[in-house]
Amino acid sequence: MKLLDFLKRERKQSAPVAKERLQIIVAHQRSQQGQPEYMPKLERELVEVIRRYVDVDDDAVQISMDSEDSCSVLELNVTLPRE
Amino acid sequence: MAKIIVVTSGKGGVGKTTSAAAMSTGLALRGKKTVVLDFDVGLRNLDLVMGCERRVVYDLVNVIQGEAGLNQALIRDKRVDNLFILPASQTRDKEALTPEGVAEVLAQLKEDFDYVICDSPAGIESGAQLAMYHADEAVVVTNPEISSVRDSDRILGLLSAKTRRAEQADEPVREHLLITRYNPDRVDSGDMLTLDDIREILAIDLLGLIPESEAVLRASNQGVPVTHDAESDAGLAYADAISRLIGEDVPLRFHEARKKGLLSRMFGGGHR
Ligand SMILES: Nc1ncnc2c1ncn2[C@@H]1O[C@H](COP(=O)(O)OP(=O)(O)OP(=O)(O)O)[C@@H](O)[C@H]1O
Ligand SMILES: [Mg+2]
Repeated sequence: MKLLDFLKRERKQSAPVAKERLQIIVAHQRSQQGQPEYMPKLERELVEVIRRYVDVDDDAVQISMDSEDSCSVLELNVTLPRE
Repeated sequence: MAKIIVVTSGKGGVGKTTSAAAMSTGLALRGKKTVVLDFDVGLRNLDLVMGCERRVVYDLVNVIQGEAGLNQALIRDKRVDNLFILPASQTRDKEALTPEGVAEVLAQLKEDFDYVICDSPAGIESGAQLAMYHADEAVVVTNPEISSVRDSDRILGLLSAKTRRAEQADEPVREHLLITRYNPDRVDSGDMLTLDDIREILAIDLLGLIPESEAVLRASNQGVPVTHDAESDAGLAYADAISRLIGEDVPLRFHEARKKGLLSRMFGGGHR
Protein backbone atom coordinates (compact mmCIF):
# COMPACT_ATOMS: atom_id res chain seq x y z
CA MET A 1 0.00 0.00 0.00
CA LYS A 2 1.31 3.39 -0.89
CA LEU A 3 2.08 5.76 1.93
CA LEU A 4 -0.50 8.26 0.70
CA ASP A 5 -3.22 5.62 0.67
CA PHE A 6 -2.23 4.56 4.11
CA LEU A 7 -2.51 8.09 5.44
CA LYS A 8 -5.90 8.54 3.82
CA ARG A 9 -7.25 5.33 5.36
CA GLU A 10 -6.54 6.78 8.77
CA ARG A 11 -9.71 8.82 8.67
CA LYS A 12 -12.66 6.59 9.38
CA GLN A 13 -14.81 5.85 6.36
CA SER A 14 -18.35 7.14 6.67
CA ALA A 15 -20.22 5.11 4.07
CA PRO A 16 -20.29 1.86 6.10
CA VAL A 17 -21.89 3.76 8.99
CA ALA A 18 -24.51 5.16 6.63
CA LYS A 19 -25.26 1.69 5.35
CA GLU A 20 -25.70 0.26 8.83
CA ARG A 21 -28.06 3.07 9.83
CA LEU A 22 -30.06 2.61 6.65
CA GLN A 23 -30.50 -1.10 7.21
CA ILE A 24 -32.14 -0.39 10.54
CA ILE A 25 -34.30 2.45 9.21
CA VAL A 26 -35.49 0.45 6.24
CA ALA A 27 -36.31 -2.61 8.32
CA HIS A 28 -38.40 -0.36 10.57
CA GLN A 29 -40.15 1.37 7.66
CA ARG A 30 -41.03 -1.94 6.05
CA SER A 31 -42.42 -3.34 9.27
CA GLN A 32 -44.81 -0.39 9.39
CA GLN A 33 -46.06 -0.88 5.88
CA GLY A 34 -49.65 -1.96 5.64
CA GLN A 35 -50.22 -1.07 9.28
CA PRO A 36 -53.12 1.20 10.21
CA GLU A 37 -52.30 4.90 10.07
CA TYR A 38 -52.80 5.40 13.79
CA MET A 39 -50.05 2.99 14.80
CA PRO A 40 -47.18 5.51 15.17
CA LYS A 41 -49.38 7.70 17.36
CA LEU A 42 -50.57 4.75 19.40
CA GLU A 43 -46.95 3.73 19.88
CA ARG A 44 -45.97 7.19 21.14
CA GLU A 45 -48.91 7.41 23.49
CA LEU A 46 -48.20 3.97 24.90
CA VAL A 47 -44.65 5.06 25.68
CA GLU A 48 -46.05 8.07 27.52
CA VAL A 49 -48.41 5.95 29.59
CA ILE A 50 -45.75 3.42 30.50
CA ARG A 51 -43.43 6.25 31.46
CA ARG A 52 -45.80 7.28 34.22
CA TYR A 53 -44.75 4.09 35.97
CA VAL A 54 -41.37 3.04 34.58
CA ASP A 55 -38.59 5.06 33.03
CA VAL A 56 -38.31 3.47 29.58
CA ASP A 57 -36.44 4.47 26.43
CA ASP A 58 -38.10 6.05 23.40
CA ASP A 59 -37.85 2.81 21.48
CA ALA A 60 -38.93 0.57 24.36
CA VAL A 61 -42.36 -0.08 22.90
CA GLN A 62 -42.81 -2.06 19.71
CA ILE A 63 -46.27 -2.72 18.36
CA SER A 64 -47.55 -4.48 15.31
CA MET A 65 -50.90 -5.51 13.96
CA ASP A 66 -51.58 -8.87 12.40
CA SER A 67 -54.83 -9.34 10.58
CA GLU A 68 -56.49 -12.56 9.68
CA ASP A 69 -59.86 -13.00 8.04
CA SER A 70 -62.03 -12.54 11.06
CA CYS A 71 -59.89 -10.75 13.63
CA SER A 72 -56.85 -8.58 14.18
CA VAL A 73 -54.24 -9.11 16.84
CA LEU A 74 -52.31 -6.21 18.29
CA GLU A 75 -48.90 -7.36 19.44
CA LEU A 76 -47.24 -5.21 22.07
CA ASN A 77 -43.64 -5.58 23.09
CA VAL A 78 -42.25 -3.52 25.94
CA THR A 79 -38.63 -3.64 26.95
CA LEU A 80 -38.25 -2.67 30.60
CA PRO A 81 -34.96 -1.50 32.02
CA ARG A 82 -33.18 -3.72 34.53
CA GLU A 83 -33.97 -3.03 38.12
CA MET B 1 -51.65 1.08 -25.39
CA ALA B 2 -48.96 3.08 -23.67
CA LYS B 3 -46.93 2.06 -20.70
CA ILE B 4 -47.21 4.64 -17.94
CA ILE B 5 -43.93 5.20 -16.12
CA VAL B 6 -43.57 7.45 -13.10
CA VAL B 7 -40.21 9.00 -12.26
CA THR B 8 -40.26 9.45 -8.50
CA SER B 9 -38.02 9.71 -5.44
CA GLY B 10 -39.53 11.17 -2.30
CA LYS B 11 -36.52 13.39 -1.71
CA GLY B 12 -36.27 16.59 -3.72
CA GLY B 13 -33.50 17.55 -6.08
CA VAL B 14 -32.14 14.07 -6.74
CA GLY B 15 -32.57 14.20 -10.52
CA LYS B 16 -36.17 13.22 -11.33
CA THR B 17 -36.77 15.95 -13.88
CA THR B 18 -33.33 15.47 -15.45
CA SER B 19 -34.09 11.75 -15.71
CA ALA B 20 -37.65 12.16 -17.01
CA ALA B 21 -36.36 14.50 -19.74
CA ALA B 22 -33.39 12.29 -20.63
CA MET B 23 -35.39 9.09 -20.71
CA SER B 24 -38.35 10.41 -22.66
CA THR B 25 -35.93 11.89 -25.20
CA GLY B 26 -34.07 8.59 -25.44
CA LEU B 27 -37.27 6.58 -25.93
CA ALA B 28 -38.42 8.93 -28.69
CA LEU B 29 -35.00 8.75 -30.37
CA ARG B 30 -35.60 5.00 -30.60
CA GLY B 31 -38.83 5.51 -32.39
CA LYS B 32 -41.21 5.15 -29.45
CA LYS B 33 -44.01 7.69 -29.44
CA THR B 34 -43.52 9.33 -26.07
CA VAL B 35 -45.10 12.05 -23.96
CA VAL B 36 -43.57 13.45 -20.80
CA LEU B 37 -45.84 15.10 -18.20
CA ASP B 38 -44.84 17.53 -15.47
CA PHE B 39 -46.78 16.85 -12.27
CA ASP B 40 -44.93 19.49 -10.28
CA VAL B 41 -47.79 21.99 -10.16
CA GLY B 42 -46.63 25.43 -9.02
CA LEU B 43 -42.94 24.62 -9.51
CA ARG B 44 -42.69 23.42 -13.04
CA ASN B 45 -39.21 22.66 -14.33
CA LEU B 46 -39.56 20.13 -17.06
CA ASP B 47 -40.21 22.81 -19.69
CA LEU B 48 -36.84 24.37 -18.89
CA VAL B 49 -34.94 21.10 -19.03
CA MET B 50 -36.68 20.22 -22.32
CA GLY B 51 -36.02 23.72 -23.66
CA CYS B 52 -39.63 24.51 -24.53
CA GLU B 53 -40.43 27.12 -21.88
CA ARG B 54 -41.24 29.79 -24.43
CA ARG B 55 -43.72 27.60 -26.21
CA VAL B 56 -45.93 26.84 -23.23
CA VAL B 57 -49.45 28.10 -23.83
CA TYR B 58 -51.68 25.67 -21.99
CA ASP B 59 -50.81 23.24 -19.23
CA LEU B 60 -52.06 20.10 -17.52
CA VAL B 61 -54.39 22.05 -15.23
CA ASN B 62 -55.97 23.87 -18.17
CA VAL B 63 -56.70 20.52 -19.76
CA ILE B 64 -58.14 19.06 -16.58
CA GLN B 65 -60.36 22.06 -16.04
CA GLY B 66 -61.58 21.93 -19.61
CA GLU B 67 -60.00 25.24 -20.63
CA ALA B 68 -57.97 23.62 -23.38
CA GLY B 69 -57.96 20.38 -25.30
CA LEU B 70 -55.16 17.91 -24.90
CA ASN B 71 -53.92 18.55 -28.43
CA GLN B 72 -53.72 22.27 -27.76
CA ALA B 73 -51.66 21.74 -24.65
CA LEU B 74 -49.22 19.14 -25.93
CA ILE B 75 -45.96 20.70 -27.09
CA ARG B 76 -44.16 18.96 -29.92
CA ASP B 77 -40.43 18.63 -29.27
CA LYS B 78 -38.28 20.62 -31.69
CA ARG B 79 -35.49 18.07 -31.93
CA VAL B 80 -37.05 14.65 -31.88
CA ASP B 81 -40.05 13.31 -33.74
CA ASN B 82 -42.54 11.39 -31.66
CA LEU B 83 -41.81 13.38 -28.50
CA PHE B 84 -44.36 15.59 -26.74
CA ILE B 85 -44.33 17.59 -23.52
CA LEU B 86 -47.27 18.39 -21.29
CA PRO B 87 -46.19 21.13 -18.87
CA ALA B 88 -47.48 21.77 -15.38
CA SER B 89 -49.15 24.95 -14.32
CA GLN B 90 -46.97 27.60 -12.74
CA THR B 91 -49.72 29.66 -11.23
CA ARG B 92 -52.28 27.27 -9.80
CA ASP B 93 -52.03 25.45 -6.55
CA LYS B 94 -51.78 21.73 -6.13
CA GLU B 95 -55.51 21.26 -5.52
CA ALA B 96 -56.11 22.03 -9.17
CA LEU B 97 -55.00 18.50 -10.02
CA THR B 98 -57.97 16.26 -9.35
CA PRO B 99 -57.67 12.48 -9.36
CA GLU B 100 -60.53 12.22 -11.85
CA GLY B 101 -58.96 14.80 -14.14
CA VAL B 102 -55.60 13.08 -14.09
CA ALA B 103 -57.23 9.72 -14.77
CA GLU B 104 -59.00 11.13 -17.79
CA VAL B 105 -55.91 12.79 -19.27
CA LEU B 106 -53.83 9.66 -18.81
CA ALA B 107 -56.51 7.44 -20.30
CA GLN B 108 -56.54 9.64 -23.39
CA LEU B 109 -52.76 9.72 -23.68
CA LYS B 110 -52.58 5.97 -23.27
CA GLU B 111 -54.50 5.51 -26.50
CA ASP B 112 -52.09 7.52 -28.63
CA PHE B 113 -48.64 6.88 -27.21
CA ASP B 114 -46.19 4.06 -26.55
CA TYR B 115 -44.79 5.63 -23.40
CA VAL B 116 -46.25 8.13 -20.95
CA ILE B 117 -43.56 9.42 -18.58
CA CYS B 118 -44.76 11.20 -15.42
CA ASP B 119 -42.27 13.53 -13.72
CA SER B 120 -43.30 13.43 -10.06
CA PRO B 121 -42.94 16.30 -7.60
CA ALA B 122 -40.82 15.66 -4.52
CA GLY B 123 -42.47 14.51 -1.31
CA ILE B 124 -44.84 11.70 -0.46
CA GLU B 125 -48.04 13.75 -0.35
CA SER B 126 -50.92 14.09 -2.78
CA GLY B 127 -48.87 15.42 -5.72
CA ALA B 128 -46.43 12.52 -5.66
CA GLN B 129 -49.25 10.05 -5.07
CA LEU B 130 -51.23 11.39 -8.02
CA ALA B 131 -48.19 11.12 -10.27
CA MET B 132 -47.67 7.46 -9.33
CA TYR B 133 -51.29 6.34 -9.09
CA HIS B 134 -51.75 5.09 -12.65
CA ALA B 135 -48.20 3.87 -13.18
CA ASP B 136 -47.41 0.51 -14.71
CA GLU B 137 -43.74 0.96 -13.89
CA ALA B 138 -41.77 3.25 -11.60
CA VAL B 139 -38.27 4.63 -11.90
CA VAL B 140 -37.10 5.34 -8.37
CA VAL B 141 -34.38 7.98 -8.60
CA THR B 142 -31.90 7.67 -5.76
CA ASN B 143 -28.69 9.47 -4.83
CA PRO B 144 -25.97 7.60 -2.94
CA GLU B 145 -26.85 9.44 0.19
CA ILE B 146 -28.57 8.30 3.36
CA SER B 147 -31.67 10.52 3.25
CA SER B 148 -32.30 9.80 -0.41
CA VAL B 149 -32.16 6.03 0.15
CA ARG B 150 -34.54 6.27 3.08
CA ASP B 151 -37.01 8.31 1.03
CA SER B 152 -36.77 5.86 -1.85
CA ASP B 153 -37.77 3.09 0.52
CA ARG B 154 -40.79 5.14 1.60
CA ILE B 155 -41.73 5.60 -2.03
CA LEU B 156 -41.46 1.85 -2.61
CA GLY B 157 -43.93 1.42 0.24
CA LEU B 158 -46.36 3.84 -1.41
CA LEU B 159 -45.97 2.16 -4.79
CA SER B 160 -47.04 -1.10 -3.28
CA ALA B 161 -50.02 0.41 -1.43
CA LYS B 162 -51.32 3.62 -2.96
CA THR B 163 -51.42 2.90 -6.67
CA ARG B 164 -54.21 1.73 -8.89
CA ARG B 165 -52.45 -1.58 -9.38
CA ALA B 166 -52.18 -2.08 -5.62
CA GLU B 167 -55.76 -1.07 -4.91
CA GLN B 168 -57.20 -3.28 -7.61
CA ALA B 169 -54.89 -6.17 -6.69
CA ASP B 170 -53.58 -6.08 -10.25
CA GLU B 171 -50.02 -7.13 -11.03
CA PRO B 172 -47.81 -4.83 -8.92
CA VAL B 173 -46.07 -1.75 -10.32
CA ARG B 174 -42.72 -2.79 -11.77
CA GLU B 175 -40.04 -0.95 -9.79
CA HIS B 176 -36.69 0.13 -11.20
CA LEU B 177 -33.78 1.67 -9.34
CA LEU B 178 -32.01 4.56 -11.05
CA ILE B 179 -28.98 5.75 -9.12
CA THR B 180 -27.92 9.25 -10.09
CA ARG B 181 -25.12 11.64 -9.13
CA TYR B 182 -22.83 8.70 -8.40
CA ASN B 183 -19.24 9.63 -7.76
CA PRO B 184 -16.91 6.59 -7.93
CA ASP B 185 -14.01 8.57 -6.47
CA ARG B 186 -15.95 9.29 -3.31
CA VAL B 187 -17.13 5.70 -3.19
CA ASP B 188 -13.51 4.58 -3.34
CA SER B 189 -12.56 6.89 -0.51
CA GLY B 190 -15.28 5.30 1.60
CA ASP B 191 -17.52 8.32 1.99
CA MET B 192 -20.26 7.50 -0.47
CA LEU B 193 -22.63 4.56 -0.32
CA THR B 194 -21.66 2.04 -2.96
CA LEU B 195 -23.84 0.80 -5.75
CA ASP B 196 -24.04 -2.57 -4.01
CA ASP B 197 -25.00 -1.00 -0.66
CA ILE B 198 -27.95 0.74 -2.27
CA ARG B 199 -29.03 -2.31 -4.24
CA GLU B 200 -28.83 -4.46 -1.16
CA ILE B 201 -30.91 -2.09 0.95
CA LEU B 202 -33.62 -1.29 -1.57
CA ALA B 203 -33.60 -4.72 -3.23
CA ILE B 204 -35.13 -3.74 -6.57
CA ASP B 205 -33.62 -4.21 -10.01
CA LEU B 206 -31.10 -1.69 -11.22
CA LEU B 207 -32.14 0.23 -14.31
CA GLY B 208 -29.10 2.43 -14.49
CA LEU B 209 -26.31 4.29 -12.85
CA ILE B 210 -25.80 7.92 -13.81
CA PRO B 211 -22.51 9.46 -12.70
CA GLU B 212 -22.24 12.93 -11.23
CA SER B 213 -21.51 14.83 -14.40
CA GLU B 214 -20.82 18.32 -15.63
CA ALA B 215 -22.74 17.44 -18.75
CA VAL B 216 -26.01 17.59 -16.79
CA LEU B 217 -25.68 21.24 -15.80
CA ARG B 218 -24.51 22.08 -19.31
CA ALA B 219 -27.55 20.32 -20.72
CA SER B 220 -30.04 22.08 -18.47
CA ASN B 221 -28.40 25.45 -19.15
CA GLN B 222 -29.03 24.88 -22.82
CA GLY B 223 -32.43 23.30 -22.46
CA VAL B 224 -31.25 20.22 -24.33
CA PRO B 225 -31.79 16.91 -22.52
CA VAL B 226 -28.45 15.28 -21.74
CA THR B 227 -29.31 12.27 -23.92
CA HIS B 228 -28.46 14.46 -26.92
CA ASP B 229 -24.93 14.86 -25.57
CA ALA B 230 -24.09 11.38 -26.79
CA GLU B 231 -20.41 11.81 -26.05
CA SER B 232 -20.90 12.57 -22.38
CA ASP B 233 -20.79 10.05 -19.55
CA ALA B 234 -24.28 10.99 -18.32
CA GLY B 235 -25.69 10.89 -21.86
CA LEU B 236 -24.29 7.39 -22.39
CA ALA B 237 -25.43 6.23 -18.98
CA TYR B 238 -29.00 7.37 -19.69
CA ALA B 239 -28.86 5.64 -23.08
CA ASP B 240 -27.90 2.42 -21.27
CA ALA B 241 -30.79 2.85 -18.84
CA ILE B 242 -33.21 3.28 -21.74
CA SER B 243 -31.85 0.13 -23.37
CA ARG B 244 -32.56 -1.80 -20.20
CA LEU B 245 -36.01 -0.26 -19.92
CA ILE B 246 -36.96 -1.64 -23.33
CA GLY B 247 -35.53 -5.01 -22.44
CA GLU B 248 -31.99 -4.99 -23.78
CA ASP B 249 -29.19 -6.38 -21.69
CA VAL B 250 -26.27 -3.96 -21.53
CA PRO B 251 -23.29 -4.03 -19.17
CA LEU B 252 -22.92 -1.47 -16.43
CA ARG B 253 -20.36 1.31 -16.80
CA PHE B 254 -19.25 4.46 -14.97
CA HIS B 255 -19.35 2.66 -11.62
CA GLU B 256 -15.59 2.55 -11.25
CA ALA B 257 -13.21 5.44 -10.74
CA ARG B 258 -11.20 6.32 -13.79
CA LYS B 259 -7.63 5.18 -13.41
CA LYS B 260 -5.35 8.11 -12.95
CA GLY B 261 -1.74 8.49 -14.02
CA LEU B 262 1.10 8.13 -11.59
CA LEU B 263 1.56 11.87 -11.20
CA SER B 264 -2.00 12.70 -10.31
CA ARG B 265 -2.02 9.74 -8.00
CA MET B 266 0.94 11.14 -6.12
CA PHE B 267 0.06 14.78 -6.22
CA GLY B 268 -3.59 14.84 -7.25
CA GLY B 269 -4.78 15.60 -3.75
CA GLY B 270 -8.31 14.86 -2.61
CA HIS B 271 -9.68 11.47 -3.40
CA ARG B 272 -8.33 8.84 -5.66
N1 LIG C 1 -25.99 13.20 -12.79
C1 LIG C 1 -25.95 14.48 -12.38
N2 LIG C 1 -24.75 15.12 -12.29
C2 LIG C 1 -24.71 16.41 -11.89
N3 LIG C 1 -25.77 17.15 -11.56
C3 LIG C 1 -26.99 16.57 -11.61
C4 LIG C 1 -27.15 15.21 -12.02
N4 LIG C 1 -28.47 14.91 -11.99
C5 LIG C 1 -29.11 16.03 -11.58
N5 LIG C 1 -28.24 17.03 -11.35
C6 LIG C 1 -28.54 18.40 -10.89
O1 LIG C 1 -29.26 18.31 -9.69
C7 LIG C 1 -30.24 19.34 -9.62
C8 LIG C 1 -31.61 18.75 -9.38
O2 LIG C 1 -31.98 17.98 -10.52
P1 LIG C 1 -33.50 17.80 -10.96
O3 LIG C 1 -34.18 19.10 -11.08
O4 LIG C 1 -33.54 16.85 -12.10
O5 LIG C 1 -34.04 17.04 -9.64
P2 LIG C 1 -35.56 16.76 -9.22
O6 LIG C 1 -35.51 15.48 -8.47
O7 LIG C 1 -36.45 16.84 -10.39
O8 LIG C 1 -35.85 17.97 -8.24
P3 LIG C 1 -37.28 18.37 -7.60
O9 LIG C 1 -37.50 17.41 -6.49
O10 LIG C 1 -37.08 19.77 -7.15
O11 LIG C 1 -38.29 18.23 -8.70
C9 LIG C 1 -30.16 20.11 -10.92
O12 LIG C 1 -29.38 21.25 -10.71
C10 LIG C 1 -29.45 19.15 -11.86
O13 LIG C 1 -28.72 19.84 -12.83
MG1 LIG D 1 -38.27 18.00 -10.67
